[in-house]
Amino acid sequence: MEIIQIVGLGLAATILIVVLKGQSPQIAFLLSLLVGVFIFIFLLDKIGLVIGLLEKLSVQAGVELIFLQTILKIIGIAYIAEFGAQIAKDSGENSIASKIELAGKVLILVLALPIVQRVIEVVLNLLPA
Amino acid sequence: MLDNEINQIFFIAGVGILTAVIHNVLKQFGKEEFASWATLTGVVVIMITVVSYVSDLFEKVRNVFLSH
Repeated sequence: MEIIQIVGLGLAATILIVVLKGQSPQIAFLLSLLVGVFIFIFLLDKIGLVIGLLEKLSVQAGVELIFLQTILKIIGIAYIAEFGAQIAKDSGENSIASKIELAGKVLILVLALPIVQRVIEVVLNLLPA
Repeated sequence: MLDNEINQIFFIAGVGILTAVIHNVLKQFGKEEFASWATLTGVVVIMITVVSYVSDLFEKVRNVFLSH
């Protein structure tokens, strides 16, 4: 039951952060950042399992490798952008959080461009000349 | 499995409380500048620990999502 460990870690850290916040807010912020990092690292192993399965399936189905690569890159960008935005939001910097999210969206859009281009080409080929 | 992590969290909370206590004691003695230096040192020590874990996280994300 790993969820119990994660919830216990989160609760213990929350109590410590509440105690620390009155004494020194900077250290409380660093502590919450560290807990976020720990939980993300823990989840990353599980996500690795899922991605291994996806890769096997896509090789079996004969999907072009570039599509899977692009999707994985997009998920990675979303993961890191979400992490950064949450940290910034936690310390009250909402404007920086929304800028991080904007950067994530734009970078994902740039990565998705080749796929959009392929879709348009396929549709144009289907149309009668 | 998360033993190392929980130890790290308690270590940082301990350093934080210790720093706050040292800050208060120095302030009571009227050494304001030493008190602020003590707080700064505590923050820097913790930040070094945390930043190494953050770079660990980014490295792992790169390995999982970008290594294919």
